[in-house]
This record gives sequence, structure tokens and C-alpha cells, in this order.
Amino acid sequence: MSLLSVRDLTVKFAMRDQTVTALNSISFDLAKGERLGIVGESGAGKSITGFSLMNLLSRPGYIDSGQILFDGQDVVQMSEKALRSVRGNRMAMIFQDPMVTLNPVLTIGQQMVETLRAHRKLSVEEARQIAIVKLREVYIPSPEERLEQYPHELSGGMRQRIIIAIALLLDPQLIIADEPTTALDVTIQADIMELMLELCQSNQVGLILITHDLGVVSQMTERTLVMYAGRIIESGSTRSIINDPQHPYTQGLINALPQQTLPGHQLRQIPGNMPTLAQVPPGCAFNPRCEFATDTCRSQIPKISQYGDVEVACHEVHRLQTEPAREEEQA
Amino acid sequence: MSDLSHAPAPSRLQKVMDSTMMYSFRRNPVAVASLAVFLVIAVLSFLAPLIAPYDPYDPASIDLMNSEYPPAWVNGALPEFVLGTDDQGRDLLSTILYGTRLSIIIGLCAVALQAFLGITIGLVAGYVGGRTDSLLMRMADIQLSFSTLMVAIIFLAVTQALFGSETFNRYAVFFLIAVIGVAEWPQYARTVRATVLAEKKKEYIDSARVLGFGPLRIMIRHILPNSLSPIFVISTVQVANAIISEASLSFLGLGMPPSQPSLGSLISAGFDYIYSGSWWITVIPGIVLVVLVLVINLLGDWVRDVLNPKLYKG
Amino acid sequence: MFAYLVKRVFQAIAVMFVISLIAFAIQGNLGDPLRELVGQSVSEEVRQQLREELGLNDSFLQQYLRFAGNALQGDLGTSYFFKEPALDVILKKLPATLELVFGATLIIIGLSVPLGVYTAIKPNALLSKIIMGLSIVGISIPVFLTAILMIFVFSVELGWLPSFGRGDIVPVWGYWETNFLTADGWAHIILPSIALASIMLPLFVRLIRAEMMEVLQSEYVRYATAKGIRPWRIYFVHALKNTLLPVITVGGVQIGTMVAYTILTETVFQWPGMGFMFLEAVNRVDTPLIVAYLIVVGFIFVVTNTIVDLIYGLVNPTVNIARMGA
Repeated sequence: MSLLSVRDLTVKFAMRDQTVTALNSISFDLAKGERLGIVGESGAGKSITGFSLMNLLSRPGYIDSGQILFDGQDVVQMSEKALRSVRGNRMAMIFQDPMVTLNPVLTIGQQMVETLRAHRKLSVEEARQIAIVKLREVYIPSPEERLEQYPHELSGGMRQRIIIAIALLLDPQLIIADEPTTALDVTIQADIMELMLELCQSNQVGLILITHDLGVVSQMTERTLVMYAGRIIESGSTRSIINDPQHPYTQGLINALPQQTLPGHQLRQIPGNMPTLAQVPPGCAFNPRCEFATDTCRSQIPKISQYGDVEVACHEVHRLQTEPAREEEQA
Repeated sequence: MSDLSHAPAPSRLQKVMDSTMMYSFRRNPVAVASLAVFLVIAVLSFLAPLIAPYDPYDPASIDLMNSEYPPAWVNGALPEFVLGTDDQGRDLLSTILYGTRLSIIIGLCAVALQAFLGITIGLVAGYVGGRTDSLLMRMADIQLSFSTLMVAIIFLAVTQALFGSETFNRYAVFFLIAVIGVAEWPQYARTVRATVLAEKKKEYIDSARVLGFGPLRIMIRHILPNSLSPIFVISTVQVANAIISEASLSFLGLGMPPSQPSLGSLISAGFDYIYSGSWWITVIPGIVLVVLVLVINLLGDWVRDVLNPKLYKG
Repeated sequence: MFAYLVKRVFQAIAVMFVISLIAFAIQGNLGDPLRELVGQSVSEEVRQQLREELGLNDSFLQQYLRFAGNALQGDLGTSYFFKEPALDVILKKLPATLELVFGATLIIIGLSVPLGVYTAIKPNALLSKIIMGLSIVGISIPVFLTAILMIFVFSVELGWLPSFGRGDIVPVWGYWETNFLTADGWAHIILPSIALASIMLPLFVRLIRAEMMEVLQSEYVRYATAKGIRPWRIYFVHALKNTLLPVITVGGVQIGTMVAYTILTETVFQWPGMGFMFLEAVNRVDTPLIVAYLIVVGFIFVVTNTIVDLIYGLVNPTVNIARMGA
């Protein structure tokens, strides 16, 4: 049985004069201990997916329809009280920017202890001991002293380690990490990712890693979803998606990776920008940027269906397979 | 506020006026009603010499025998005095109209003075920077830590004692404008300075400098327009505050004299008669004052919500 | 910490120096001390001699130094009207004013925090809208008018509460007599306290609400929710603590404003405090008393502002006091 099962999740934003659809009928599953990457450009709906899983959307966003079954229970229908018992306890979240995530006027200790005591009957001292253990697990030196410090006294990398420790405090079944290293120095990014991978593997914790970085996904996850303009356009094992992408957008993303370009050559960017949610074009949302687009693509929204090792939402995927990729022709 | 509905760029105030502002205005009944009430009060009071039944400044038209008649809807009223008369026998309606005009004029002029001083100092502090900046801002801090009212009371008290009440009364309007105008400049200075500092970093200021434009032109043509919406927001609230300050000072006898009453001095004069039952001399000008200030504050709230500028806090 | 303290104290002294200069200038130009001392029927010769004796012919600097020296020893001159040391006159009036400020502060703190937090948490509730509506009306009514209207309603029309004076007061210590120990004292201080609080309270409600709403949008509040923390803890620990930091700063400035408003409140209620005394002194051109009031009030402002700055530094962990002094 899967740990998480998302079915037809639709999220909307009620704006002043219109309602826009931010997530359009998203479905996916996550097995226990599985690591899933969600990839896409900013605005594709990755972060909104992450917050929806915890039912943590803030106004004007709201879940319009669909189910989010976590361990068999629907997060969408849960009472506030039931949600509280899930959040931070069985499902934890790591936010994007560690500089603004921790409360500036509370010590690290206070913020860790309160999390433990919100879910378990523990004395402050017992909670502190657990906090110290978890801080050791994320390789924080002299954890006892850290508990007395305020966030501003610590570096960004240190803070993100602490946030990871907080996520692990109650041994959750699932951690949602929303671009956990984008706000950090490049040198620290790899360390943090390695740490997360190690902890997830050793504790058998499920991970949903939201990122725009395909390279990170390939190191960290077993399966990958690619999102574009509020829809999943391709999903499958990470290896298949990296080695043999089917959707022209995914192909474009992978071709744009620096590793795919010879030194001295220009990076191959996908032309154009992702549409804003208020102005999604008819048909396949990617069609204005797609070199293979046909009239069908401009009028009908492609359904996601199995093709080879992956599921993909593209009208032209059959044709793409029979024709050799154009870049290779030109090269 | 949602993350997705950004406030319009403050730099094009005119554009905002044409579109979003008018749209939001028409959809906000409180703002429409406030503006309507404000305009009615303002127009009536500025037309006071034409529409007021009596001239409260003309001793010939005042008869002490007429004092303390109640408003028309109360027993014992005289029909020619719709809102009754005050302790000196002046027609209350006429006196209120003239007094309101005086209050509005003092409020507007004082705010104009504040804005002029504050904007100038703010521009200089932000543009010149360095020691000048820290000195000016330190002065602003200290000035702000002493309340306007306190400074005004002491200044006017000393002035009054120095010149004697006769001279003081003759120039009271100017003293009031000067003291309310000078005491509140830091509000503007801090906001303008913050915009200057933000704008100074941007490239177009460098290019303007490279093109050889002088600092004065850069400040007035390029930087000042970006401060317009916070200045506008501050000004609305400041007019309301200035009117309250003027009324408070006049109430204490440190402002407009009873012979040339503003709303504050009228309330003050009536206060002595409240125990004897002549409540209207105090209450009616009081209501006019509150309504006037209230509608300005309501307009200020609305302006702030629409323009939503980053105001200097603290 | 120590360096920061020294810096703040030094600044306070500088401000007091400027105030003393202003006070001295006022003293030198306002009224004629000779006439107050001996009347007008004295020959020019005697007047000159007196001027010499009083040091009025000394240089400006000498006169100022003497003035400042006396002031530092607590000698702010003798009130013309009360024929007593001006400082004593003020110190006798000080407790009445302080009790009034205290009463108003209690009302402001007691009401502004719950009202501000409530309207921030439930911005769309009917009660919030009513509170916000009342707050803007409150801001629009000048303190003296609130006072007058309350006297009109509660004293003149209903006759529930007294309209002037302090009523029964009980001596506590030194010059300090309190309103808070008798029922009559309470009855007398209620209306003046409400009047004094009436303009500050809505200001604080709106300030706390605005700050709180901003904080509730912050990432760390969302994160606290994601950790499964209870709402009341999020509101009152996570959000309120961050809300109060800017409120303290503004609050410090408002203390000064409150002292100014005591002049208005005391005048309406004939409350025998410093403010009422000051206005009387102005009408009597009692220069030493005016000058003494200026110095005492300036002192109160400077001390409270310095204390508020220090408290802010202590409460806010992101302000490193030790480093700020450097």
C-alpha cells in the first residue's frame, strides 16, 4: 500500500477579479520510504503541491477538489485538530529559505522543544534530550549550546541543518522539502543534500523533493514528476526520465543542463517562458514553446498515459520516438 | 494581502489615479461618502462669507441679549438662529462656518509647511548622506520623541507670554501654522529619505548623473516622483492631525482667540456653559470637528490601502 | 552592553543640555525678575544695584553656567506665585499626573493587546469590523472633546461620576498622595484616565493589528503551523512577541505624547497635576515655574526614551547590544 496517494488534486486561487487554477487534476503515489522528485520551472505548481499535501495553502489559494490520502486518511477532509496531529509529526516540511523560516525571537531550543511537546507528552528536559540527539544526527557541533542560541546567531547552512533536525524530531513517515538548498551557498548545497539522502535512507523516511534542479533529482530520488503550468506532464523512474525523457519539455530541461553541453558551447535553453496561471494557452500548455506542436496540440489538452517506461502527457510522443531527436541531427 | 495582488507601482501616480484608484474608489462606499461629506463641509465653510446668515467678526451684528439661545429644535429657540447662539450672542451656525474654514485653512497650510520642510530635509539627508544625514536623522529622532503637541504648547505659551495676548491674538493664525508646520517635519523627512536611499542605488540615477544632470534636477525630476504616494498617504493623515492639534491648542487658549474662533476655541468657550445646560455651544462645533476629522481619516485609510506604500516605521 | 549604555546616556545628556539652553533663553527673555521681586516703585539706582547683585549684568555664559549649576543641584528658581521653590511646586503636582498616566496606561495595555490581536486573527469578523470602525472614530475625537463629552454624559446628564478634582486621596509617601485607595478616588480618576487613553488606545489597537497581520503572513508563522503547533501558541508566542518589538518603539514615543495630553485632560477635569499647573503658570507668566516644568518634562521624556531604547535592545535578540555600542 502506498504511503501517499494523491488523486485529481485541483487547487485554485481566488483573485480579485478571477479565479485561476494553480494545480489541475494532479495524481501520483508515493510508497513507504520512497523518494520522489518534483521538477519544474518556478510557477509550475511544485511548491503549491508541497503545501497542499499538508493542507497548508494560505489565502487566496484553496483546494478545489481531489483527494490526498496519507496513510489511508484524506488530508483534504481532515479537521484542524487531526491536521495538527499530522503536521510536523507524521509529515514534516523543510522550507525554502532557512533565513526566514525560524522564528527570530525564539531560541533554537524553544522551537525544537515546542514541536516535540505539541505531539508527545514530554517534559521540557526530555524534549531537550531528544533535540540534542537529533542535532547530533545532522552533525551540528556542540548541540547543547545551539539550543540556547537565536537563529540570527547561526549561518544559513547551520539553520537548514537545524530545520532538518526539527523535521526528523518526531520520526515522520514523510518529509516534504521545498527547494531546501536554493537559498544557500553553492558549496553547502551538496552537503545538505547528502545529509538528507543519508537520513532518509537510514530512517526509511519518504521524501518529496521539490526542486528545479534535475541534477539534484538524479542524485536524490527514485522517481520523478515533471510539472508544467499546474499539470504533471511526465512521471516515471528517475533513471528513465533522465536517460530517456519523452516529453519535449523534459527533453529541453535535460538538454539545458550544463553537463549536457560541451565546454565553450552555449547552453541550450528552452525558448520562451512558462505562461502565467492566468494566461495558460488552450491545448497543451507547452505548445507555444514546442518545436513539434501541431494543431491538435493547440486545441486539445493531452492526457497522461503510459509510454514505454514512463507516463507522459504529449500528443506527439509517438512521432517523437520514430523521428530521431533533432539536436542530434544538427550536431 | 495576497502575495499575488501587488500594489501598483508608486512612480506613476497619475496612471494610478486614472485606473486602479478610481476603480477602487467607486467600489468603496465609505470612501465615496467620506469625500462627499468632506467636500460639503469644505465648500460650505469656504463660502461662509456668502451663505452665513450673520458675520461673527462684525461686532455690530452681535447682540449680547441674544446669548445662549438653543438650537431651533429645542424649546425656547429663536427661529432666526437655526443652531442657536453662543455665550456672546453670536449665531452659532455662522460662527461654526467661519470657524471650520479657519480650522481647514490652518490644517492645510501647516501640512504644506511640514511637507515642504520634511521633503527638503529628507532629500538633502538621503542624497548627501554621510555626517549630514546622520545629524539630520538624529534631529528627526529627537524631534519625534518630543510630541508635537508638547512642543507646540510650550512654544505658544512662551510666545504668548512674550508678546502679550493682544499681539499674539492678531498673529495667532501664523503662529499656529508655523508651530504645527515645524513640529512634524520628521514624518516626511524619514519617508522621503528612505525613498532616496532606495532610488539612489538604482542604475537610472547613475545614468542621469553621467548625463551631467545636477543633483537638484535628479532629486526633483527623478527621485521625488517615487516618493509621491507615501507623501500623499502621510499628508491625508497629517491634515487630520493638524486640525486636531489646532483645536487642542485653541482649546487651551493658546490658539485662536474667542473673537475670531476656530472650532477649538468655540468648544472651549462653550465648555464653561455645559454645566448650566447650554450644551449646544460645545457639542455642535464638537460634532462638526469630529465629522471633519473622521472623514479625512477615513479617506486617509482608504488612500493607504489603495496605494499601499512602504511607510517608514518606528 | 556597557558601551551601549554609555552611548545612550551620553546622548540623553546632550539632549538635556539643549533643553536647558532653551529653558535658559526663555528665562532670560520672559518677564522681569526685578519687578516680580520688588515691584515697580523702586528707583533706577536701586534697580541697578539689584541687577548687579542678582548677576543680571554678567555675561551670557556666566549666567548660563550659574543657571545650569543651580539646576543640577535641584534649584530651578522660586515660583513668583507660590513663593516656593519651583521644583517643589512641581514635585507636589507630579504624583497626580503620574497616577493619571498610570491609569490611562493600564487601560491602553489592558485593552489594546487583546483587541489588536483579535482583529488581526479574525479580520473579517463582524466584531473586528466594529472595533476597527470605533478605533477610527476614537482617533478622530480630540482628547479634550472626549473629556468634555464624557463630563456632559456621565456627570451632567447622568450624574454618575464626578467631573473635577481628585476627590479623596490618601497620603502614601512624601508628596505622593494616591487615588487608588478610596472608592471616591477611583470614581474621580476613571473619567480622566479614559479620556487620556481615548486617543492612544485606538492608535495602539491599529498598530498592534497591522504589525500582527504582517507577522501572521511571515514564513516562520507558516512554518510553525507546519510543525503542528497549536493556534493559540502561534498567536501569542510566535506572532505576538514579534509584533511587540515595533510596538515598544512606538510606545516610547507615545509616552511623550501622553504627557502633553495630560495638559488637556487635567485642564478639562481640573485635575491638580503638572499640566494644569503649567497652564496656570503660563496665564500668570510665572517664569520660574514655566522653566522648571520645561526641564522636568524634558527630563521625563529623555529618561523614558532612553529606558525604552534599552528595553528594546534587551527584548530583541537580533539587536546585539554589545556590538551596538562599538
